[in-house]
Amino acid sequence: MIKAILIFNNHGKPRLSKFYQRYSEDTQQQIIRETFHLVSKRDENVCNFLEGGLLIGGSDNKLIYRHYATLYFVFCVDSSESELGILDLIQVFVETLDKCFENVCELDLIFHVDKVHNILAEMVMGGMVLETNMNEIVTQIDAQNKLEKSEALSSHDSLSAMSRSWSYPYLSNPDTTGSLNLKRTHLFPVGKNKAKDAALSTPPQL
Amino acid sequence: MALKMVKGSIDRMFDKNLQDLVRGIRNHKEDEAKYISQCIDEIKQELKQDNIAVKANAVCKLTYLQMLGYDISWAAFNIIEVMSASKFTFKRIGYLAASQCFHEGTDVIMLTTNQIRKDLSSPNQYDTGVALTGLSCFVTPDLARDLANDIMTLMSHTKPYIRKKAVLIMYKVFLKYPESLRPAFPRLKEKLEDPDPGVQSAAVNVICELARRNPKNYLSLAPLFFKLMTSSTNNWVLIKIIKLFGALTPLEPRLGKKLIEPLTNLIHSTSAMSLLYECVNTVIAVLISLSSGMPNHSASIQLCVQKLRILIEDSDQNLKYLGLLAMSKILKTHPKSVQSHKDLILQCLDDKDESIRLRALDLLYGMVSKKNLMEIVKKLMIHVDKAEGTTYRDELLTKIIDICSQSNYQYITNFEWYISILVELTRLEGTRHGHLIAAQMLDVAIRVKAIRKFAVSQMAMLLDNAHLIASNTQRNGICEVLYAAAWICGEFSEHLEEANQTLEAMLRPKVTTLPGHIQAVYVQNMVKLYASILQQKEQAGEKEAAQEITQLMIERLPQFVQSADLEVQERASCILQLIKYIQKLQVKEVPVAEEVIALFAGELNPVAPKAQKKVPVPEGLDLDAWINEPPSDSESEDEKPKTIFHEEEQRHSRHRQPEIDEEELARRREARKQEQANNPFYIKSSPSPQKRYQDTPGVEHIPVVQIDLSVPLKVPGMPMSDQYVKLEEERRHKQKLEKDKKKKKQKKEKRGKHHRHNSLHTESEEDIAPAHHVDIITEEMPENALPSDEDDKDPNDPYKALDIDLDKPLADSEKLPVQRHRNVETLKSPDSEVPLVEKKSKKPKKKEKKHKDKERDKGKKKEKEKKVVEEEEEEEEKKGEDLDFWLSTAPPTAPTPQAQSEPGTGTAVVAESQEVKKEEREEQDEEEEDEGKKSSKHKKKKHKKEKEEKSKDKKKSKKKSHHSEEEPPVSVQNGTLEDEPLPPMSSYRLLAENPYIKMTYDIQGNLQNDSQVTVSVIFENKSTSFLKSMELNVLDSLNTKMLRPEGSSVHDGIPVPFQLPPGISNEAQFVFTLQSIVMAQKLKGTLSFIVKNDEGSTHEKLDFKLHFSCASYLITTPCYSDAFAKLLESGDLHMSSIKVDGISISFQHLLAKICFHHHFSVVERVDSCASMYSRSIQGHHVCLLVKKGENSVSIDGKCNDSTLLSNLLDEMKETLSKC
Repeated sequence: MIKAILIFNNHGKPRLSKFYQRYSEDTQQQIIRETFHLVSKRDENVCNFLEGGLLIGGSDNKLIYRHYATLYFVFCVDSSESELGILDLIQVFVETLDKCFENVCELDLIFHVDKVHNILAEMVMGGMVLETNMNEIVTQIDAQNKLEKSEALSSHDSLSAMSRSWSYPYLSNPDTTGSLNLKRTHLFPVGKNKAKDAALSTPPQL
Repeated sequence: MALKMVKGSIDRMFDKNLQDLVRGIRNHKEDEAKYISQCIDEIKQELKQDNIAVKANAVCKLTYLQMLGYDISWAAFNIIEVMSASKFTFKRIGYLAASQCFHEGTDVIMLTTNQIRKDLSSPNQYDTGVALTGLSCFVTPDLARDLANDIMTLMSHTKPYIRKKAVLIMYKVFLKYPESLRPAFPRLKEKLEDPDPGVQSAAVNVICELARRNPKNYLSLAPLFFKLMTSSTNNWVLIKIIKLFGALTPLEPRLGKKLIEPLTNLIHSTSAMSLLYECVNTVIAVLISLSSGMPNHSASIQLCVQKLRILIEDSDQNLKYLGLLAMSKILKTHPKSVQSHKDLILQCLDDKDESIRLRALDLLYGMVSKKNLMEIVKKLMIHVDKAEGTTYRDELLTKIIDICSQSNYQYITNFEWYISILVELTRLEGTRHGHLIAAQMLDVAIRVKAIRKFAVSQMAMLLDNAHLIASNTQRNGICEVLYAAAWICGEFSEHLEEANQTLEAMLRPKVTTLPGHIQAVYVQNMVKLYASILQQKEQAGEKEAAQEITQLMIERLPQFVQSADLEVQERASCILQLIKYIQKLQVKEVPVAEEVIALFAGELNPVAPKAQKKVPVPEGLDLDAWINEPPSDSESEDEKPKTIFHEEEQRHSRHRQPEIDEEELARRREARKQEQANNPFYIKSSPSPQKRYQDTPGVEHIPVVQIDLSVPLKVPGMPMSDQYVKLEEERRHKQKLEKDKKKKKQKKEKRGKHHRHNSLHTESEEDIAPAHHVDIITEEMPENALPSDEDDKDPNDPYKALDIDLDKPLADSEKLPVQRHRNVETLKSPDSEVPLVEKKSKKPKKKEKKHKDKERDKGKKKEKEKKVVEEEEEEEEKKGEDLDFWLSTAPPTAPTPQAQSEPGTGTAVVAESQEVKKEEREEQDEEEEDEGKKSSKHKKKKHKKEKEEKSKDKKKSKKKSHHSEEEPPVSVQNGTLEDEPLPPMSSYRLLAENPYIKMTYDIQGNLQNDSQVTVSVIFENKSTSFLKSMELNVLDSLNTKMLRPEGSSVHDGIPVPFQLPPGISNEAQFVFTLQSIVMAQKLKGTLSFIVKNDEGSTHEKLDFKLHFSCASYLITTPCYSDAFAKLLESGDLHMSSIKVDGISISFQHLLAKICFHHHFSVVERVDSCASMYSRSIQGHHVCLLVKKGENSVSIDGKCNDSTLLSNLLDEMKETLSKC
């Protein structure tokens, strides 16, 4: 079982949090903070597993994470998941994001966290891996987007709200708050992680 | 008004969407909280509007704020509104918000039930999908119960997209509503073979997750998973299955044996590291479960270790980490194989990655031996010095202590070395584990008598340098060691050479900055020290020196008397008083040392931590009984003040005259003992009566330690453990030389001595004799200690509820209607396991609900529960048979497995096991046939016995051992009071037979429906031809009719939903409706089928007579004796009785037979008399009183219906007359 999926940036700002177990909002924030502290301390070339221990639900759990450019993708899993399998799943997730957003960068995640959630929902459901085939995921996402679009077009009422959400507002309105590296730094390619076609040799269509 | 509307629409145009909100937050870095609270106000306004788009937008923003840590539960109702929007766009937003913030405590969640149900059945698959996804995050027990049916239906949805989601969410449903597991399980199992790989993978996922928690219930699925493992190419699925096998093998070692080969093949062939790793892991689990008995498993271990070495040597840190992790599992059972890779593991200690270092440390723990302990610890000490970051250093520290102290210091050959190590560890700054070191020091000093002198000298040094240890901060955990140091110096002060110096060190003003509990120990032990110095001086006749030391104490103690710590203050003032008194005596030149020292006389023995618990309570002692009857309230009020007053007076008088008389001493000793007993750091003195404080320490019987002279007794300055390593090497070398010499000389004298003290150390143990003849005092246990029972499991384990036996057949009360729809599918897939031919569509659902409600109304919870359980048991057989059939049936349509999959060995085994099952099935049927012949007429043979037998056989067949001798039958639960073994009983009777086919059948009442029974027919193909197009038809009577699909006439037969290849049998079920159940019924029927062989196909027919006995209308129902008595008293029951002579079987046996064949349950049994109860599907109560005489049995029956009763009794007579 996957207990939680967290995405945060190099400064610990949450970009997505998905808990498959109930925690109060305060606890969630605390978990995110602590996870960030654990993960951010680690060098680039150390192993991607951490015994999270006390964070979520005890010693059975592990943190499995990957670091892409400015973002950390952290999966908290229990012993029923294969460590290397989850590493690949993260890779599949990021590649799927890359496909859906076309050269995904942190900004995409910042402004479209809802879409990221939707993509994630096609991969992991209630803490269990639902689909690992990227093409299948993308197909389903596209179909749903199409459905959404057709709904938006058929109704004037929601048009204003929806059409805006489909544009990329930050392109015309460059965001210049300094704390983040806002250039469209692609999550890909990130050298090591991409190169490591990693554990499962039969790539994503496992 | 109009203005308002215009304003509203303008507002809407300026509504922020999610992107605006995010941007806004980013632009308000300074006052983010304020900005967000503004936004929340806006959102609240938006939520008040009617426009669903606006609402959805608001909810979307809330979801974002939730991620930032804002509680949005206040908007739960709005979220539900958005969830129920008709548009997918909004619905998705709503469900996402719900999945992020709904939980069991959300009160409005119950409002969602109908909406979710609607979405689940939506024609748009994405509506369904989004509802499933959302539900998976916030499903509650109520939702699970209400929606289980709908979700189960979705498991057979036409779209794989829905199927896989429905399958996956079932796990969550099971967790919240465990009752759904059994009804849903057959379908879930079916999904393991779904044509869509995604669905298959989801099913594997769910079953693996279930099996991980309660593996034993899923053992029966092993063959199926085995097949999947050898045929699947999906690595995700493979990994899950292999992990599952890892969980199953400990329960069934024979399964492990079977697994080794395919797994080894996979290890050799796969290029996927993850798969390789999981294979290795499971092989390890298998090897652990086998641990012995496998002749060639060393090869497998070698393979694993070798593969793991490759992982560890890999530059990929992840693989390295996992390699070490798996290595530590091997270590537990096969330490030798791992030890040869010590170099590699030590190397990992240098890794820059902390996780890897920690893993390596874990491994080292298991790798130490006498030979390498010093070396390994030396390496670790180097790492301690180098280590950055306290966590890792602390980890190292605890590991060093763990490694050294494991199994009662088994690997330590030189305790001086160990003490030095401990002292060296005290130099660690900022460690949290001071108390650990302290505990070790205490333990070693107490238990290893030989080391006391050395330990005391080291501890004295620590005390002397206390300023170094305690200097840094108050919070410094390391100062805990001073606690141990002070205690050791005090307790074993006779070994102290410079006692004066140590005493002074303990009296330094700096000491008062230590934590209170340490100061307390200081105070207590400085008196011990003082006492021994006093004695020394007095013996030496140095009166002045003695007085000086007393004076010193009197001067310095007040600093402790002023302590804010209660304990310190109390002890100090008490002791100060004592010493002042001593001073007075000294002035009078009275020798006091003897008396003072008597305060601390007595030997300490370590007591096992559990000793107290294990003291048996003496016979006749009731710990709960009052020693004195508690005084009544009125009395106590009067007397209480008196006693208090009395006590106070006593105390005062003592204060005034602090005479050290015998009584006072005893009291103090008592107090001291008390104090020690409550002191966790104090190793408690023995509870055994021989060792009283009066006894002088029995030194004689303790083996005296001889210290090897090659080791200097006192090391100047702080000790350096390193030198011991060298010394040890030299010593060992010398020893070896000596030994060699001795061998030549054939000498024994000196070494004989060695052995006497070290029965532990046999020659084989690496030939290393310890430097000291160590006497490790074992911890004491009370005499007749009770065996411990520690394994208490967490009662709150949520997975416990899922510990459900899935092999049991489904009870009617559990069955959910979903199963009935499976006809069509089963027709297509004859290999699916439960071919039911019950055409009930929607009826049963309602019926069942009604039934449940009825039960609930009864209010007798207990009774109900018990009933349900019994019903389950009752219905179990059917299902057990089904599973068995599934196991025994080779899928006729499937191609031969060999052709299908690559690793030949694995599949060969599968094929073999299937064959075995076939054979075994035949055997069984033969048995049944025999029995059928014996009982020429209808005989109700039934139940558990047979099932148990079968399940055992099943297991056996898995293990390839057919032709088993009869298993000792297990007693029938129902109605059995003794564990007397019962003969097997079968419930299936012969229906009809010809050269092609044999039919046996069994009839079960249907609890959900008062006018239905289910007939299960086993069809067995006896020929060498293929049987197909089987159709069963009966001639309905007025009373009894076969339930046919809607639209078909009474003359139409019902197709049997499978075909039968040669030698195969399978079971189908048919439902019959009846009006009256008071009489037995017979129905004529025909089975028509096509026989297909090489020559062509022919039409064949087989006639049969279906006999519905009255007992088949009864349903085993438990009854409490009081309810039973009421029933009998009620007077509306008719009575009848029978008597059967010539009964030779035991009474218990007889009851079991009645229970089994006639569906009764025992209410009460007294000697050879029992009352029994059962209920018909139409609610007739049947009560029996069974009495056994010499060799006869009389049965008195009472029932609402006299005809039913007499028929039942007739049937019973028939059964019994055969006994």
